[in-house]
Amino acid sequence: MGDILQLVLKRLGLGVVTLLVISILIFFAVELLPGDIAQAVLGQAATPETVAALREKMGLDQPAILRYFQWLGGALTGDFGVSLISGERVTEAISGRFINTLFLACYAAVIAVPISIILGVIVALLRNTLFDRVANVVTLTSISSPEFFLGYILILYLAVKTNYFPAIASLSTDMSFGELLHRTFLPALTLVLVVTAHMMRMTRAAIINLLASPYIEMARLKGVPPWKVIVKHALPNAWAPIINVVALNLAYLITGVVLVEVVFVYPGIGQLLVDAVSKRDFPIVQACCLIFAATFILLNLAADVGSILTNPRLRHPK
Amino acid sequence: MVPKKDVLLQIKDLRIEGYSDENWIEIVHGVDLTLHKGEVLGLIGESGAGKSTIGLAAMGFARDGCRISGGSIEFDGMELTTTPESDLRALRGSRIAYVAQSAAASFNPAHRIIDQHTEAPIQYRIQKRVEAQEDAMELYHRLRLPNPDEIGFRYPHQVSGGQLQRAMTAMAMACRPDLIIFDEPTTALDVTTQIEVLAAIRDIVDQFNTAAIYITHDLAVVAQMADTIKVLLKGEEVEEAPTEQMLDAPSEDYTKSLWAVRSFKRPQKERPAAADAVPIVSVKNVDAAYGKIQVLDDVSFDIYAGMTVAVVGESGSGKSTTARCITGLLPPTKGEILFNGEALPPRYQDRSKDQLRQAQMIYQMADTALNPKIRISEIIGRPAQFYGGLRGAELKNRVDELLDLIELDPAKFYNRFPPELSGGQKQRIGIARALAAEPTFIICDEVTSALDQLVAEGILKLLDKLQQDLNLAYMFITHDLATVRSIADEVVVMQRGKVVEQGPKEKMFTPPHHPYTDLLLSSVPEMDPNWLTTLLEERGTDSIGEAANV
Repeated sequence: MGDILQLVLKRLGLGVVTLLVISILIFFAVELLPGDIAQAVLGQAATPETVAALREKMGLDQPAILRYFQWLGGALTGDFGVSLISGERVTEAISGRFINTLFLACYAAVIAVPISIILGVIVALLRNTLFDRVANVVTLTSISSPEFFLGYILILYLAVKTNYFPAIASLSTDMSFGELLHRTFLPALTLVLVVTAHMMRMTRAAIINLLASPYIEMARLKGVPPWKVIVKHALPNAWAPIINVVALNLAYLITGVVLVEVVFVYPGIGQLLVDAVSKRDFPIVQACCLIFAATFILLNLAADVGSILTNPRLRHPK
Repeated sequence: MVPKKDVLLQIKDLRIEGYSDENWIEIVHGVDLTLHKGEVLGLIGESGAGKSTIGLAAMGFARDGCRISGGSIEFDGMELTTTPESDLRALRGSRIAYVAQSAAASFNPAHRIIDQHTEAPIQYRIQKRVEAQEDAMELYHRLRLPNPDEIGFRYPHQVSGGQLQRAMTAMAMACRPDLIIFDEPTTALDVTTQIEVLAAIRDIVDQFNTAAIYITHDLAVVAQMADTIKVLLKGEEVEEAPTEQMLDAPSEDYTKSLWAVRSFKRPQKERPAAADAVPIVSVKNVDAAYGKIQVLDDVSFDIYAGMTVAVVGESGSGKSTTARCITGLLPPTKGEILFNGEALPPRYQDRSKDQLRQAQMIYQMADTALNPKIRISEIIGRPAQFYGGLRGAELKNRVDELLDLIELDPAKFYNRFPPELSGGQKQRIGIARALAAEPTFIICDEVTSALDQLVAEGILKLLDKLQQDLNLAYMFITHDLATVRSIADEVVVMQRGKVVEQGPKEKMFTPPHHPYTDLLLSSVPEMDPNWLTTLLEERGTDSIGEAANV
């Protein structure tokens, strides 16, 4: 096990380095944006004196490198500065929103991941049958349709026409967990439809890829029934690619949900980011980007570790 | 004669079709086969003869892309061609079991060996898990596996190939089947390991009076195992006879040609007499390591122009690593490689184009060594262009000339792709590619071990002819001592990264030997059906399990 721990620590170290590089990119990309932040905040009518005063107050007159390290130092202690628009602390502005986004992502993942893998196993078992083709067409259709379109279709049929679920996923602090699940069901379902196809097809492909292996033929020649050949003999060897594609989709659930949040007016981090970009609220943009990057890196790290843990050669060294 | 009521398996006019290019093509053309209880039938033939296909058909099984299209397969009164799949499945593993060629590939890497062993008995409710595990250990005992009570609880990758092959035989025995299909169970093993597995299989089949179909392309092996031998060629039976009779007096020409195939032998050449003759390649006190694991320890030998040096040893003995050191793919940690008396830079990146040109390589698996998407003309033309600077009509002439050299018709092969060629033809392309650089020295890494005997013979003859015409020096890596006998001038025997013995071939094949050379030589199966019995008696039964550890 010591080897695996060492490997994980090594990957973690690499992840930190990657994050550092990304932080540089984020910070200086924002620097490169045309226009002056102080000018933007104060508007056209501001006098040069007031702009200069604000610049000094915001520390914009200092060299970029220095400001980068100040920002990075703050970020490490959880302090991303102050929103330029509202004056609120960025950490506070983001944390509630980010938890909402995480909740929605988990909600969608809890439904989508088991469904995709189980469906993937079933279509691998029933490959080239009618069921396989129907499942493929349905999931491909849902992945090919834009999210907002799927969202509106769901609203039309499950909210407007039948009134099963609310069309707007507004949250309040005093509602029960059951009510929370009910209100956020439609955005979660939209996300499920978007991510299922990818994971299901990868599960199917990873399993079918293994069916030509001699050990699968051996299992069949031992009289093992077809479902058990797939579940017991193929699936345990197919985890590595499946885990990787699951991680990729989980990352998408957190970082790619802007449209769904807009459609359902859901108070998540995606909406916050879009607002901040349009208002040039750079501290918030930078913080969001860094959080997204960290999410991607952590999930990929988790996928790597997962792949290693499912490989018996690494789990049980000679 | 065995009474008729003891017939276990009766195959009549079996026809099997394979799907290729959107057509069903018959690959087995009406084969008959009768097997009695407790009898061992050897099926031999070259690849493509349909041996495995027939073996699997005896289980009512056809691989994907194949189908049983005619004839009847009667197993113990049951007609398998009309039995529904679910009933066939109930037969497999319980009454008919299968032992595959590569145990390493046929054990599922994700499960422990014993869990795979007990799968069938538990599924058929013959035994509970604990009983099945105890029975597995009992079988491991009988097959003389080391640590029989513990070995099953390991994962396949933690166990050696020979041990896995025995564990797989034990697995086939789990439900005490009436019939076991052995599909080339020792082909992937070293000669020394092969003996243990052969002895173990023969013992256990005897003990339980199990009938078996033993599939192999190695005549000497089948002679040890089978009561009756059936020779197949391209999906048809050539002849069938009891083992002794088949070995002594084969009646068909094809069988005779198989028997005669090991007869090619060319005269041994001597080193140049002149005292100042410089070897073309000289390996001097080379050590090499993969990471922290040392794999070569003080390896030294010389190869003179126009001569063939065979490097022999079991897998893991460092033969291919030595080749990697010579080619510069793996820089030695100590020692040096001299080429015509001059030290070569250890890394191939530091060698000059001319130094690279002089030493070429031919690989074991022509299938994977040739890019399937590139035309033959380009595969051969590329080194001629790179080293010789040829282009246009000159290049085409050179490629034609090379194709002529390897005895393939340029008009037919110039524009083809590797997948359109047979195994032997691909290996010839591999040779032409090495020749295109106009080398003086070629490393042949197990170049014939993936080929059928007749085809391998052709390749050896071609290599010999090229050596005489072009005065090439060969380093011939092989584990097949028959190949060594036919083509080598000098022999280097390696064991665990060390050279244990070296010298001219005739001397190496005449006693006294180093004990390891002796073990290697005596482990090569001979056509005499009593060879295995005699050998085991000589060595004493106890030494079988240790043979691999000598």
